[in-house]
Amino acid sequence: MSVTSEAMKDGLTRPAWWRRLGWFDWAWGALVVLASLYTSARYGALMDGFEMVILAGTVPVTLGLGWMWKAMRPYTLVVALLSLAAIALYGGELARGDSNFFLKYLLSSQSAIMWMSALFVMATAAYWLSLFMRSEFTGRVASALTWCASTMGFIGLMVRWRESYLIGPDVGHIPVSNLYEVFILFAVITGLMYLYYEGRYRSRAMGAFALTVISAAVAFLLWYTFEHQAHEIQPLVPALQSYWMKIHVPTNFVGYGGFALAAMLGIAYLIVDRLEPASVWATRLPTLAQLDDVMYKAIALGFAFFTVATVLGAMWAAEAWGGYWSWDPKETWALIVWLNYAAWLHMRLTKGWRGRPMAWWAIIGLFVTTFAFLGVNMFLSGLHSYGTL
Amino acid sequence: MAGFTNTPNSPRPRRSSGAILVEFLGSMNLAITLLVAISVAAIIGTVLQQNQPYPDYVRKFGPFWFEVFERLGLYDVYSAGWFLVLLGLLLVSTAVCVYRNTPTMLRDMRHFRLDVQDKSLRAFHQRAEWQAPGDTPAVAERAGAVLAAQGYRVRAKAHAERTVVAGMRGSWNRLGYLLTHVAIVVICIGALVDGNLPLKLSERLGHIKVETRDLPANQIPPESTLATDNPAFRGSVRIPEGGQADFVFLNVRDGFLLQKLPFRVELVDFRVDHYPSGQPKSFESDLLIHDPELPEPLKHTIAVNHPLIYKGYAIYQASFSDGGSELTVMARSLDAPNLDPLELKGAVYQNLKVVTPRGPLTVEFIDFKPHNVFPSEEDGDRFTDYGPSVVFKLRNEAGEAMEYLNYMAPVSLEGRHYFMSGMRATPAEPYRYLYIPMDANGSLERFFTLRSRVLDQEHVRRTVAAQAEGLIPADSDAATRAGLVDSIVHLVGLFGRGGMDALVGQVEKAVPEADRNQAMESYITVLQSVIGSIYLDQLREEGVLGEQGVSEADAQFFDDTLEAFAALGSYGSPLLMQLADFRHVEASGLQIARAPGKNIVYLGCVMLMAGVFFMFYLHHRRVWVSVAPGEHGARVLFAGSGNRDRAEFATEFEGLQRVLMTATGTAEVVVQKEAQQSCQ
Repeated sequence: MSVTSEAMKDGLTRPAWWRRLGWFDWAWGALVVLASLYTSARYGALMDGFEMVILAGTVPVTLGLGWMWKAMRPYTLVVALLSLAAIALYGGELARGDSNFFLKYLLSSQSAIMWMSALFVMATAAYWLSLFMRSEFTGRVASALTWCASTMGFIGLMVRWRESYLIGPDVGHIPVSNLYEVFILFAVITGLMYLYYEGRYRSRAMGAFALTVISAAVAFLLWYTFEHQAHEIQPLVPALQSYWMKIHVPTNFVGYGGFALAAMLGIAYLIVDRLEPASVWATRLPTLAQLDDVMYKAIALGFAFFTVATVLGAMWAAEAWGGYWSWDPKETWALIVWLNYAAWLHMRLTKGWRGRPMAWWAIIGLFVTTFAFLGVNMFLSGLHSYGTL
Repeated sequence: MAGFTNTPNSPRPRRSSGAILVEFLGSMNLAITLLVAISVAAIIGTVLQQNQPYPDYVRKFGPFWFEVFERLGLYDVYSAGWFLVLLGLLLVSTAVCVYRNTPTMLRDMRHFRLDVQDKSLRAFHQRAEWQAPGDTPAVAERAGAVLAAQGYRVRAKAHAERTVVAGMRGSWNRLGYLLTHVAIVVICIGALVDGNLPLKLSERLGHIKVETRDLPANQIPPESTLATDNPAFRGSVRIPEGGQADFVFLNVRDGFLLQKLPFRVELVDFRVDHYPSGQPKSFESDLLIHDPELPEPLKHTIAVNHPLIYKGYAIYQASFSDGGSELTVMARSLDAPNLDPLELKGAVYQNLKVVTPRGPLTVEFIDFKPHNVFPSEEDGDRFTDYGPSVVFKLRNEAGEAMEYLNYMAPVSLEGRHYFMSGMRATPAEPYRYLYIPMDANGSLERFFTLRSRVLDQEHVRRTVAAQAEGLIPADSDAATRAGLVDSIVHLVGLFGRGGMDALVGQVEKAVPEADRNQAMESYITVLQSVIGSIYLDQLREEGVLGEQGVSEADAQFFDDTLEAFAALGSYGSPLLMQLADFRHVEASGLQIARAPGKNIVYLGCVMLMAGVFFMFYLHHRRVWVSVAPGEHGARVLFAGSGNRDRAEFATEFEGLQRVLMTATGTAEVVVQKEAQQSCQ
């Protein structure tokens, strides 16, 4: 049956998605398109065919993200403006990072990352405080701190991208090439994923748990910086000089972020499950149903992107290493993580398992994921040791 | 009818064992068990280093566990029979699952179930019923239009007393299930095509035998050689510049097989570019492919991440190494320092035999590097290139070897120049370095002259005698004096030949424990005095001894020389090998692979990615509106279900219900709704 004009006038029709966009959506969308056109014009000569495709691909992805999750529009604008400001302040001179006030204390990649670290830790404290004190205001402060932290983190990565080129044109690369850089990416992506669910479910109760794992990542990051001077920008080894890094690594971290969030919510689930339903605590923490739901959604999202990341990794291996699958420890552990969450999802979707066993499984899943992420680099050797400790 | 009774013990019809097997294979429990089992099994291969030479495993685990692990196939676990059986079971389980569920899935996707009964609809979790004005066809049409406007695919069917309008959305969720599970089957098939099962079979049947000896390619027996018709393999080969190869080596467990290629790969030139830090920036090989089928050889440059795909063979730039650089080494004897240096001409990967007073030695040249870049001592951000270095082993008749790393150019430390030589007894230890001071001309002449005099007993005796007043108490008699002179000469000789090790050995042998420290100190004083005296004589000969006495540089030279002498005792080599000249030859490490199943696997991967997103983000929702004549015109019965997320579907259902009720112009609301509680 076709949609009659009467039905549309009745307001019974759900209008097509493009009709539901406002002027800000369109203005922002235009900026996104313009930005990528400018980038391709300015840097097109440095990019090969695949990288042009990736640049073109970021347009629909960014538009989709911003139109589906409205908060992304101001977020991307702030990140873009401040990053561009930092780049302008550098003006092609890396040394300005030590002399210019705004760069030195705010916008240079190291400063921005330190700000991100501090803000995430403060946000964690604020979320826990808001739980204890049952304070709406503290909760809002915590959300704001998380937004700021994610913003500064992303700015840090963007400015670091530029700084690597200022060191030398053949040193420059997208900042996802070693353990230090990807930890920042992990913190930012997990923070953003948490903020998405916070907005969707209009509940800050999960914040304390989600931010705790991000703070743990930040703690590791700081240790790694001070103990091993890991923040220094190193040039890429030949195997990493590929457009694949731009897509394989970020998708992997959407996966890791989802799994990390789910594990923290699993912990929350176990805690809430033990409390008396009417107790003071139980009313402040999220409900079991909500925790269960978000845990599933986080794992589903993480798993979908992790699948993509593993496939992209295999395709990259076929170009760099002599074959799409070598049973290399990192590849094998990626498969183990994938199988683990595939089993989790089967139990939930097909056998209808819910509740405590699934929460435990999500927590154990994080250990498996952490080993695949860190443990392999630390303890096992293999083709993938780009981020050794 | 009377007489019909149920036999109390009537047996249930027996299902065939085939049906039971199929049900087991397609069961979810088996699938999940397999997923977990494969994960655990895969872990083994990551913690136990795979495909190492078997002696390494024997050393690590001891003979008993080595046997056990070998029987279990743990050294090549991903090709082990039991692991492949697990994968095979997963494949069968998935295939059976797809086979059993596909008809249902397809039906669910297409079938609108327009014959659904009202009483079935009333049993739905989400349902509502109300009265609406108008006649049945009009209301049904209205309902259909509303559903279509909300994005549902709509079908209607008029029955005798009622009209059923069915709507469906997100049916591609079912397609997602099919895609993901068929993808697993497809990927497994592709992997099977690329796998080495035919090879294992050949080996089991005795057609091929894995070679474990270190042989050059042209000596490998035919039973360890694979012909060019092998459809899938992954091998590597190292080609020096100017060299060619028409084969690759396949690593199999603790040995290898030789894989012939239908073409020859020639390395014309290899280039490596470095960052200032010494790290490789890029390396590439200019290749020439010689194939009888080609009119002329194919020229192509490969680099990391940029392989050449030729006739289904993928040629990768994997690594690089030395290609047999030619080396000219000047060997100076440390035992007989006054001898002229011996010129040795060799090359990396070649051995030379040298005869020394300590016995014949084999010099095995292992590696050569034209640059050695390290962070500067002074400024961590800058780098210094220490120049060319050569790594070699000296093996004695007994087969014991010491490994040396010698730098060609003098190494500068705190403004002074040294000949630096690293030494280690096993690959597991770090190098220990010997620093021999160089004189003002940048040569080792002064050191060797001094050494030859120190090792010359007569020279030492003369020096000791001339110095006697300082060393020997004036009131000793001739016999004591002679004895002391002898023992001093002996001490100097011991130290000269054996360094600190010999000195310590002497102390421990001849001196009681309580007095050892004091004895050492006095020995060292004597040595410094005697050798110092010899050194002063040498300085006088060179004419560098001025009125001010010994210059600071010369004094430092003396200290360095004593330290070098002390260390030479454990240096383990009678020769000091100085690299005088070289001709650098590079070799490119290539990997060549043939993977006909790759595109099958990629197809499976694309299906998997699409399927996963369809499954999670499309929800299969179905609603029915059953319209029948009612009190005020029509009675509307609305029910529906979704295959995901009850809560979300409940919200959507409520929304649809509101819209439908408005659209059908409900006069009177008789609503029967299921309480919206979270149903677990």
